[in-house]
Amino acid sequence: MKRYSLTQAFFYLLQRDLTLSFRNRAEFVNPLLFFILVITLFPLAIGAEAALLSRIAPGIIWVAALLAVMLSLDSIFRSDFDDGSLEQLLLSAHPMPVLVLAKVTAHWFVTGLPLLLISPLLVMMLGMPSEVLGTLLLTILISTPILSLIGSIGAALTVGLPKGGMILSLLILPLYVPVLIFTSSAIEGASGGLDVSAQLYMLLSFFFFRCLYHHLRLHRRLRLA
Amino acid sequence: MHILPNYSMSEAALLKIDSLSCIRDARILFEHLSLSLYGGQMLLVEGHNGSGKTSLLRILTGLKMADEGHIYWHDTAISEQGSDYYERVSYVGHGYGIKRDLTCLENLRLVQAMGNPSMIDPGDALEQVNLYCYGNTPVSNLSAGQRRRLSLVRLIAIKADLWILDEPYASLDKVSMVLFQSMFEAHLKRGGIIVMTSHHDIEMPSVDLIRLDLSARRI
Repeated sequence: MKRYSLTQAFFYLLQRDLTLSFRNRAEFVNPLLFFILVITLFPLAIGAEAALLSRIAPGIIWVAALLAVMLSLDSIFRSDFDDGSLEQLLLSAHPMPVLVLAKVTAHWFVTGLPLLLISPLLVMMLGMPSEVLGTLLLTILISTPILSLIGSIGAALTVGLPKGGMILSLLILPLYVPVLIFTSSAIEGASGGLDVSAQLYMLLSFFFFRCLYHHLRLHRRLRLA
Repeated sequence: MHILPNYSMSEAALLKIDSLSCIRDARILFEHLSLSLYGGQMLLVEGHNGSGKTSLLRILTGLKMADEGHIYWHDTAISEQGSDYYERVSYVGHGYGIKRDLTCLENLRLVQAMGNPSMIDPGDALEQVNLYCYGNTPVSNLSAGQRRRLSLVRLIAIKADLWILDEPYASLDKVSMVLFQSMFEAHLKRGGIIVMTSHHDIEMPSVDLIRLDLSARRI
């Protein structure tokens, strides 16, 4: 049998994680349901006043997305840590950073992508102007991978703790702030009819920086755990 | 402290442990542990619960840092080798390293994808440990002994010189114990090295067996 190339190993692990998520559906259905529920709570809590709702809709969607991603972070490494698969990955013949990136990509597929797909529906529910929709989807597309990347660092640090969930949120939420600032600024600009490419480029640069940083650092943290 | 016999060998020691110490919660598990293992030798680590057997094994895999001392593989410290060393090692620990929601075959293919696969076909590998008819069964439906066997299949599914096994006989029946014992003997005959812990009585007269009792070393 031939040895897998690095790319093959990446896709094999990605495929494994996706298969596992589909066999264990709660993992990706729960954050999505949470996202929808949180958003539907807002009109109930502050009243169905269309002008107010459409004004705060991007903020609602983004805070809900942050919390939904946060909810799912612990699962990135938890089950692998518990059953010893993580040890085996650390001892793998392939470089760990690539394997971790495969796991984070899988995490984005089961959390970020469903959020992206369901958002247009929720945007309409909140009565957001349709010209902002494109920008909102674009920010979600760029930013959710950043959330997965940043979050996986926290997940790697807390996976060794028996109840890491709370401390994980405290660690990661402050790091999510820059993403939130730039996305809401982009959406605000778009609803005012301004050019928002600056904010989007900024987010993109965040994304690439995170990928690079990840590449260098994350596997060390896992080894520590 | 162990003094190494200064005899000359025609071949270099494959695995050399040099003055290794491990401290946990201000308790010394072992210190100044030194020994060399050559191809064809098996190290049996013994000791009561909590004597540091698993810690020693994890240090040998490179998963855990030693508090003092170094481990050399072919005269190079393993901390400098990184994944070159991991390619030479198969480790089966307390966590089985297999996913409950995948089938036996899927697990085995994953093992081969992540490691340096041997020539063996996943189906044949399962047959060797009497799990052939469970190929498409999810691991969650297997018994503890069957899971143990599946976790040990990694030894023949990927190529490695050094096998590090933490309680490989736990929850195995007599037939399987004999099966794996002969697998271990074959590996040693090929010139491989095995480091393992076990609470079972190991009788392998044909094997160059070194016993290390960690509880006896405690002062």
